[in-house]
Amino acid sequence: MDWFPLYNSIRIAAVSTVLVFFLGVFAAQAIARAPRLVKGVLDVVLTLPLVLPPTVVGWLLLLALGPRRPLGSWFLEAFGLRLAMTWQSGVFAAVAVSFPLMYRTARGAFESFDQTLAQAGRTLGLSNFYIFWRVQMPVCRQGILAGTVLAFARALGEYGATSMLAGYTPGRTATVSTTVYQLWRTGQDALAFRWVLVNLGISAAVLLAVNLLERKEGRSWP
Amino acid sequence: MALTARIQKRYGDFLLDVDFTAEDGAALALLGASGCGKSATLKCVAGIDRPDRGRIALDGRVLFDSAAGVNLPPQQRRVGFLFQSYALFPHMTVERNVAVCLGRMDKRRRRERTAELLALLHLEDQADLYPRQLSGGQQQRAALARILAAKPGVLLLDEPFSALDGFLKWQLEQELREVLERFPGPAVWVSHDRGEVYRNCSRVCVLEDGKSAPAASMAELMANPGTVAAARLSGCKNFAPVRPGPAPGLVEVPAWGLVLRAPWREGAAALGLRADRVRPEEAGAVNAFPCQVVRVTEDVSSVFAALRPEAASPGAPPLWMELAKGAWAALPDRERLWAAVRPEDLMLLK
Repeated sequence: MDWFPLYNSIRIAAVSTVLVFFLGVFAAQAIARAPRLVKGVLDVVLTLPLVLPPTVVGWLLLLALGPRRPLGSWFLEAFGLRLAMTWQSGVFAAVAVSFPLMYRTARGAFESFDQTLAQAGRTLGLSNFYIFWRVQMPVCRQGILAGTVLAFARALGEYGATSMLAGYTPGRTATVSTTVYQLWRTGQDALAFRWVLVNLGISAAVLLAVNLLERKEGRSWP
Repeated sequence: MALTARIQKRYGDFLLDVDFTAEDGAALALLGASGCGKSATLKCVAGIDRPDRGRIALDGRVLFDSAAGVNLPPQQRRVGFLFQSYALFPHMTVERNVAVCLGRMDKRRRRERTAELLALLHLEDQADLYPRQLSGGQQQRAALARILAAKPGVLLLDEPFSALDGFLKWQLEQELREVLERFPGPAVWVSHDRGEVYRNCSRVCVLEDGKSAPAASMAELMANPGTVAAARLSGCKNFAPVRPGPAPGLVEVPAWGLVLRAPWREGAAALGLRADRVRPEEAGAVNAFPCQVVRVTEDVSSVFAALRPEAASPGAPPLWMELAKGAWAALPDRERLWAAVRPEDLMLLK
């Protein structure tokens, strides 16, 4: 059995989770404090990928990143990098689809953050950078962690946008989910079943990790 | 050293318009009912809120000046703010809460200074505990230690005892006063409790609907509050509309059907009478009038009697009289009596 799809899936999910973590946290911080109207509009725009069919997200991404599209062709000319049909394309797809999960859970956590802690920190001379990373983030870490794990799990299972943007090239862009589809389509049921088992294993491990984290959270500080 | 603030800020329909100076030594009290703008004032001084107009200066250092376009961030103001909730960082131990506010210094020095501050506030045994493991009083002391770590030029105390049980307050008040006495700069103490202010502050500035009155000593406020709101905050219980009497040297209180001897004061609209200044008297004495006792409420050490002057109009508010329990028991008739007030005890208010 060729383990490349598993390696590729985990690679894509890991890189996209790191990106989504920072993007989501910054978007959440900026929007939690924005005026109401701006907040309403941006919230809809940033949450859209969560409710759009992944194929629509994939199509929109191709519109921007395809080799004959402005962004895609510019990257190809300037850096010799193809933005579509590579494993990195899988990262773009995973980022777009998992971002709303991170953003929304982080925003919820930030909105319930007691602002007097930040105000006190400022009167005590602590920098805004320190207050954000060393006070707000640790106090909100339960929400942040939940968002990160959800985003990772979503990126790991991503199929629709990935299949459109990265396609299925064995040994180059194949992920677990695209492999399962490809094996089923070509009638290799036994092999497909093995990958299904792998998938079940990963999902169970993620959920177990979330539960363990939550239980540990409960008694981290009294 | 002094903190001077003259600021205006509009919050929807509410206009905050305060002007005060807090000087070294004893604390200046901002006394007012809830929602009168006390906390908003402190937030403007600390730089958490931005006033629309005005100027705030600490020891000649301008913190905010709308005309000159100065608005220092809270980090540069050196204003120590004791929040009602104390705002301790919940994920840090007491020791760390204090240590992170010390600013730049080497490790050894930081440890020494943290230990010093914890000792000063009797928190040596709580150093490794988290805020939620502390009692209310310990949390307050931890918050004070943290504030002192940041070396503020002024202390702002926002209702320091609102989060505590009554019986703890007395002890904590003494401890807080100790900290204030040792603190070299000015302090502003926000409260709605006249007793707390009387015990701990030398001067008091009354806030009513966002507007501040000129600061006065507590004794001045008790003797001559000036407005109904200030009189109420100073503990006065009896109020009624007032107008000049039929002759000079007389004032008329239509609601109670009384004409009393007292100098008229220009612009007065209401009469304030402290319950402990209403005395039982012989019939026919100066400013004496016959009353019925409508209701009696016993307090810990005194008795409050609700009186109804016989000439009072229907619907008039009762006139409360406060007497020591012994004096009340010694009255010959506790249903009908003559009450009187001395002319100098009549407070003519705006």
